[in-house]
Amino acid sequence: MMEKAKEKSPNLAIELAGISLKNPVMVASGTFGYGEEYAKLIDLNRLGAIVIKTITLKPRLGNEPPRIVETASGVLNSIGLQNVGIEAFIKEKLPFLREYVVPLIVSIAGETSHEYVQLAKRLSGEKIAGLELNLSCPNVKYDRKLMFAQDPKATHQVVSRVRKVTNLPLIVKLSPNVTDIASIARICEQVGADGISLVNTFLGMAIDVESRKPVLHQITGGLSGPAIKPMALRMVYEVHQAVEIPIIGIGGIMTAGDALEFIIAGAKAVAIGTGNFVDPRTAIRVIEGIIDYMVKNKIKDIKSIVGSLRCPKGSL
Amino acid sequence: MQIDAKIVENREIAPERYKMVLSAPEIAHQASPGQFVHVRVSRGYAPLLRRPFSIHRVQGQKIEILYKVVGKGTEILSRKKRNGYLDILGPLGKGYRLPSTSKISDVILVAGGTGVASLMFLAESTLHAHPELSILVLIGAKNREELLCEKDFTRLGCRVNVATENGTRGYKGLASELLEKCLLLSRDTFKPSLFACGPTEMLKRIGEISRRHRFPCQVSLEEHLACGIGACFGCVVKAKSSTYTYKRVCKDGPVFDAGELIWE
Repeated sequence: MMEKAKEKSPNLAIELAGISLKNPVMVASGTFGYGEEYAKLIDLNRLGAIVIKTITLKPRLGNEPPRIVETASGVLNSIGLQNVGIEAFIKEKLPFLREYVVPLIVSIAGETSHEYVQLAKRLSGEKIAGLELNLSCPNVKYDRKLMFAQDPKATHQVVSRVRKVTNLPLIVKLSPNVTDIASIARICEQVGADGISLVNTFLGMAIDVESRKPVLHQITGGLSGPAIKPMALRMVYEVHQAVEIPIIGIGGIMTAGDALEFIIAGAKAVAIGTGNFVDPRTAIRVIEGIIDYMVKNKIKDIKSIVGSLRCPKGSL
Repeated sequence: MQIDAKIVENREIAPERYKMVLSAPEIAHQASPGQFVHVRVSRGYAPLLRRPFSIHRVQGQKIEILYKVVGKGTEILSRKKRNGYLDILGPLGKGYRLPSTSKISDVILVAGGTGVASLMFLAESTLHAHPELSILVLIGAKNREELLCEKDFTRLGCRVNVATENGTRGYKGLASELLEKCLLLSRDTFKPSLFACGPTEMLKRIGEISRRHRFPCQVSLEEHLACGIGACFGCVVKAKSSTYTYKRVCKDGPVFDAGELIWE
């Protein structure tokens, strides 16, 4: 009996950047708030991990609306990192999430590498599972022309400086709006990142033809949802060939099949973003679907299929 | 909560205007006027996001929504058949704060177009709790054909005045102009509470009128929503604080005090 039961429940647990996850399905930063809203709809403890909406040193009001527009199989957003700031987050938001056993990864963003350092230091004393450096928000414009993740030197500087001040697992979220994402990922690995989140949103825009105005107040925004899945998948595939550290695949995952594509391409874990808006149960459905797939294909351990892509002979 | 609600009825009540009745006991039980349900109209990705609809009425275990076909989402919804199921989230948002009789005696509801939807629920709940209240309903529409719920409000015992932009029924002009006219004719001590739902331009004008007269006024905003539950911060409006702040239409609203908003 015991043997049979064991056979029927495949092992979904993974170790990700030093964090133990009971399954590889996480929820992505910026799409899950601070968890309070979704806690009313799903059991947060069933998730592999929660990546908290990006926190900055000071509270941010965010961008002027309109901030969101639906496009074909996707969503363009320009929220602009509206958040309560690190102190209010620790005081008012974190205690609620502590009630759960699910690992919490806190996404942080700064205007300068010094701010990332300050945020990392401040959070290092807190009971959280890890940090995600958001180097790739397309909707905030500081004094720099490029996002951190579009600038190899800036990426090098911020990741290495943060690495020096914290022992927390360090995940870096990269931007797909670059020519060679694998080279940026390699830099992160070289300076001590423990994992890579791929990808943030793709820059895009929408225009109202009657008024000839951009739909978003900030003109451009970040595209997410099923529309970006093939592009995100390609990037995970490329980065997997370039680095040893684990990859979290993100980009339009709506079904277990989508998640499995990312895993086979080389992602050790996946995160649901826009899918949470469409159906708050998406992550739970994905977990259940992965189990079904593993049972059906007699896969005992999820780790055995990470990066298991079978390329046709003669393909490049 | 998230439930699969059975479609009891989906009927065209005016050109391109539909009323849908859903069996949703838990939502019916919890709903208060001004709250909404977030409906997944397609299992596929076109459209991708849910669509929000004010709760129009609660009848026992059932809720009703009233909608106009304005795009792909509502077009798909209009073709839904009886006995099918819809994945809905609700009841969501902060609704109207019901008028309490100790403070006021008169209530004016101003509805523009399908804005009648949430105000019907408000009128029913208010009169149920305070049958002695006098409710005046002003309904605005483009023309006679697009006028909704006039008879329903009358049947409830409300006084109803109508405005159409082309003058095919009632006052010729906007609902906000009709409100100004009614206020001109009323006594100086008249201090009604205003509740408005309709196009943003209308709400802006009603807000301005309430500010001038110092009448309390609640408005229900309509916005494109993504998550619908307060997590994504996509649907914000500018509101007053020491400088300004952004509030979420889906969670901090959709009903706001007209005075707390910064209209642009």
